[in-house]
Amino acid sequence: MADMKIGAYICKGCGIAERLDTKSLVSVATRDGKAAIGREHDFLCNADGVAMIQQDIDGEGVNRVVIVGCSRRAKTEAFSFEGVTLSRANLREGVIWVRPDTDEARETTQEMAEDYVRMACAEAKFLKVPESSGEQGLLRRIMVVGGGVSGMTAALEAAKAGYEVVLVEKAGQLGGVAAQMYKRVPAKNGRQGPVDPEVEKMVHAIESLPSIKVHLNTTVAKTSGAPGRFKVELATESGSSSEAEVGAIVQATGFVPYDINKLPELGGGKSPDVVDQLGFEMLAKAANGGPIKRPSDGKEVGNVVFVQCAGQRSEAPGHLPYCSGHCCTTSIKQAMYVKAAGGDATVLFDDLRTPGATGEDFYRAGQEAGVTFSKGQVSSVEVAGGEVKVSFKDLILNEEAVDNADMVVLATGMVPMSGPDPYLMLDLESARGQNDTARVADLEAQLEGGFPSVLNLDYRQGTDVPHLKHGFTDSHFICFPYESRRTGVYTAGPVRRPMDMAQAMEDATGAALKAIQACENAALGRAAHPRSGDLSFPKFRMEGCTQCKRCTVECPFGAINEDEKRYPLFNEARCRRCGTCMGACPVRVISFENYSVETVGQQLKAVDMPDEFSEKPRLLVLACENDAYPALDMAGMTHQEYSAYVRVIPVRCLGSVNTIWITDALNSGYDGVMLMGCQKGDNYQCHFVKGSEMAHYRMSKIDDTLSQLNLEKERVQTFEVSITDIERIPKIINDMAELIGQIGMSPFKF
Amino acid sequence: MAKREYSYYPGCSSQKKASADNFMRSANAMCDALDITLKEIDDWNCCGASIGYAGGGEIPRLSLSARNIALSKQQHGDADIIAPCAACWIATKEAEERVEHNPRVREGINAALAEIGLKVEPAQMPKTRHMVEMLVEDIGLDTIANGKKKGLEGLTIAGYVGCQTNRPFGIAGESFENPKYLDNMVEAVGAKAVDRYAKKVACCSGALMFSEPEKGQALVRDIIEAAYDGGADMIVTPCQLCQMNVESYQTDINKRFGTKFNIPVVYYTQLIAVAYGKSAEEAGLDGQIIKATKLEALAGK
Amino acid sequence: MTQMNQAMIEKYRSSFLKEVETNVEEGHWVKMCMQCGVCSGSCPLGPHWEHPPQEIFMMIRANKRDEVLKSSSMWFCTSCYNCIARCPRGLPITHIMHGLASYSKKLGLAPKSQPTESFGQIFWNSIASNGRVNELKIGLALQFKDGFGQGVKNAMAQKDLGMAMMKTKRMNPMEFFGGHTCKDKSGIARMLKKAQEVEDQHIANYGAGK
Repeated sequence: MADMKIGAYICKGCGIAERLDTKSLVSVATRDGKAAIGREHDFLCNADGVAMIQQDIDGEGVNRVVIVGCSRRAKTEAFSFEGVTLSRANLREGVIWVRPDTDEARETTQEMAEDYVRMACAEAKFLKVPESSGEQGLLRRIMVVGGGVSGMTAALEAAKAGYEVVLVEKAGQLGGVAAQMYKRVPAKNGRQGPVDPEVEKMVHAIESLPSIKVHLNTTVAKTSGAPGRFKVELATESGSSSEAEVGAIVQATGFVPYDINKLPELGGGKSPDVVDQLGFEMLAKAANGGPIKRPSDGKEVGNVVFVQCAGQRSEAPGHLPYCSGHCCTTSIKQAMYVKAAGGDATVLFDDLRTPGATGEDFYRAGQEAGVTFSKGQVSSVEVAGGEVKVSFKDLILNEEAVDNADMVVLATGMVPMSGPDPYLMLDLESARGQNDTARVADLEAQLEGGFPSVLNLDYRQGTDVPHLKHGFTDSHFICFPYESRRTGVYTAGPVRRPMDMAQAMEDATGAALKAIQACENAALGRAAHPRSGDLSFPKFRMEGCTQCKRCTVECPFGAINEDEKRYPLFNEARCRRCGTCMGACPVRVISFENYSVETVGQQLKAVDMPDEFSEKPRLLVLACENDAYPALDMAGMTHQEYSAYVRVIPVRCLGSVNTIWITDALNSGYDGVMLMGCQKGDNYQCHFVKGSEMAHYRMSKIDDTLSQLNLEKERVQTFEVSITDIERIPKIINDMAELIGQIGMSPFKF
Repeated sequence: MAKREYSYYPGCSSQKKASADNFMRSANAMCDALDITLKEIDDWNCCGASIGYAGGGEIPRLSLSARNIALSKQQHGDADIIAPCAACWIATKEAEERVEHNPRVREGINAALAEIGLKVEPAQMPKTRHMVEMLVEDIGLDTIANGKKKGLEGLTIAGYVGCQTNRPFGIAGESFENPKYLDNMVEAVGAKAVDRYAKKVACCSGALMFSEPEKGQALVRDIIEAAYDGGADMIVTPCQLCQMNVESYQTDINKRFGTKFNIPVVYYTQLIAVAYGKSAEEAGLDGQIIKATKLEALAGK
Repeated sequence: MTQMNQAMIEKYRSSFLKEVETNVEEGHWVKMCMQCGVCSGSCPLGPHWEHPPQEIFMMIRANKRDEVLKSSSMWFCTSCYNCIARCPRGLPITHIMHGLASYSKKLGLAPKSQPTESFGQIFWNSIASNGRVNELKIGLALQFKDGFGQGVKNAMAQKDLGMAMMKTKRMNPMEFFGGHTCKDKSGIARMLKKAQEVEDQHIANYGAGK
């Protein structure tokens, strides 16, 4: 865009004209904002208003559109113009709806509105229309790692959608755990009892599809590239290797049962007649409907006791703290095998949990079959004289009881087959580099018993998908099901979270569709969730780079590698466009075409700063666009008042906040700065995982700057807010305004 | 108003000079006003009530109600059997249910009935309905409200539904935890229903009032207390046993718990009879142990 | 009935649950209990039960035959049907409790002098002999069940209520000499006798190992 031409359009609708002097807003836009064209309209978002703007674009050469009216979150379809930049000044939700309609408030409300017009025009001057990176190319092929039910489902679903699939399985046959099952819990109509798992049917379907290429006895030796252009090296057991190019990856590596040898108090490892659920499943499969024979002496089992929550839902050292979700229905199923063969079966549970639409009916089927269910806490399992003695406390009758069984099945939990946590590995590497032996020992202990790398990602940030908790590779489970923290890599099935077969199949279907979406997004240069469809991406002004590596380390998605000279090597398709790299860069060489240090920095400087003696302080709010900004809008919609001294600028994520903005704000005379982002930490709500945490960390270092300027540290504060904090947000702002009133005005007003 | 005919039997407590004698007199007055004819099942017998299980097992107990059903069919064809008593109603409905769905019980019952030349068959039995169902579903509370001769203005009444008119079958469309029909009935006759009567569906202890009086009276104390809390002048109930338990032990309860209860407990049929211009005697108000003075005054007007 | 009890013990040695399923009214539902405890929490006399329904169901599964059948618990059921209305699994709990009480009595295991058990029997006897309940007679019989002396004491304590009932025409002293009855008393007696035979036969058949 050679000549910049700003068109500012002031809407008079929704009560704006009744509350504000819109004529004066037009002159602010043209005089202060340097808009070439400034117009008012009674109803800007209607067809006539939109046509007026389009006419200016077509006829007058307007290429920077500034809409002065409602929030940037409203009327997005109406205000969508090709080939121009768009800035929004929020006078409705952000000004008139949060201010009282009184004579004494009129002046400050008008000042607020005029500042937002100045800010929008200032932003417009520094925006560019994102251009294509040239990285595009549609590759309609995905790789699925893991050939169990989850992996096979993902492969079949992708194939049905017209994609090619590279299916990698480390074992010699497909089927995984499900292939070892005698029967399964049905996905529908639990009253029918256990049904055939039909794994052979799936295997057959895969083998008959030419678009699915199966690699057995194979692992992934290396994965490099980005969505749309991953290069993978496959290694077979025999030592041969091959390469494949894929657009996206589904990791469905499943689980292993928790090791029952860690449960000697429950008889684990003490007798072949104490088995885990998978062990019992294999005995049932061998019996094939006949009486189940126990391993020790081949005796047909007459009485089997199932012990639920064995080594799980327990805070004891070495136990699994979580519930694996499937084990209650699995025990009901296996107890029904025993009943069907004429034996007795007792399920000892604390809380019987039967998730899924069919779970409760399946439980009923078990009760109808005559399975005994006792609420009991098992204290010991002892093997003596051909019997397994289960001692438990009956929690309903409040008494100690004993059940003598032929066999005991321990319902142990699922341990995810994920690769090592990449961040622990990196920490370990650095601890070793620093010879920090204590830290090395601690990290080695945390990594002990883990599995080798699954994907061998050639990423700056480690070889595998990061973990959420307990080794599961989940991500922000509320807002983005399926998304991992490595764009274009989706995890499905029990490696993502504990689940049963029906859930795993649904999960795999979702992951396959997300993988397809990742390929298509990469081809168009579009971002994945939450900035779905965004075409902008960070650009690096390499000549200014000091190779500090902050961007490569802090990117929550591992999008940035390092080249041989330690310069950042950016991979557009891995990027989620959060701007955490931009916030990290101490020399400010990273920017987006439509979001940069300048687009925000110039806005905050555009505000008309009253002098120190005016008694009109100014508060800058940098609000995350995901939760904080919508919450501010909703505060407006519900007409809650907040201070007129506030000027709000939305940011992509608090992670994108560069400390220069804070320094600039304080130097420009702002009396306070508030950062509002999502919850950080273990139960993070940050839509970019680490952004909010990074911002809090960076702001903890801002105190030096404040003391250099001789300013009170309370003037800069960071808040965690959620989208539901509609009433809290106005209160936080007003409290801050009051605090500034107490501290006094900033001396930096020029 | 259209003339309606039903088969019915009063049940033991609603016989002449039995504990709910005044109920039946008010019910007859109400039916007269609403142009309803109740044809008594000749030689009906006790349903076994809720305490019969102690002496009679499943088949003997259900045979009793099956006999009533078979007699009604014989005498009144397919006419609905109206049960004014909750215990009769649920015992008869339970017998119908088991005859429909449990072949072993059905065979047993029919073997017993064969001794007296009777028989019950699935899908061939008349429908057994509570008298309240007759009013709500056939007559309609709007019709009752529109047809009344006087409104019972100035009365605040706690609608005590109790257990067996409400559970396990209840009145169609009503919830178990907060049925509304009795309150609606109170409003239909122009009185004010206590809002959110806390003990509306609580148990009066039923037959255990006789065998466990101390425990039973504790339950009734709470029922009455909640009515006073709601500002009630009187309590209304659809159930003969509830009426008896809540009204007639107030002296004992006052003695036992130091309370000063003296609240009248009436039947819905008495409210409707008075609203339709029947005298205090016709409405059975002379049968109250604790006189419903305000209602009597309205009946006299 | 101890003979029947002995037969049942031998027949169902290992499984009281099976015995309940076969012999107790609606007993086949017991296995469907999911131990949530809503029944116990909903019972108006719940605190007075030695073993509330949830526990009774668990005891049946735990083979505690004597403890269940000799318990006074079921006799505290007021037939309010709250448990039935609220049971998430739809168990007819009231009926099962009645069935257990009735079965325990049949086997001679019900606790002696349990007031509700005695009253229930008096009530049943009144029906069985007249076809209808004689309220005066059952009232008196209950008052006099522990002997004449205690009976007079009980009756005196209740004399005010009796007088009030008579004054309001809700009790007739003449009921003592006959009162309300059915016409076909002998037919009803025959019917009940047959019904009892059928029921006993059902239990005895299984007891005999059929």
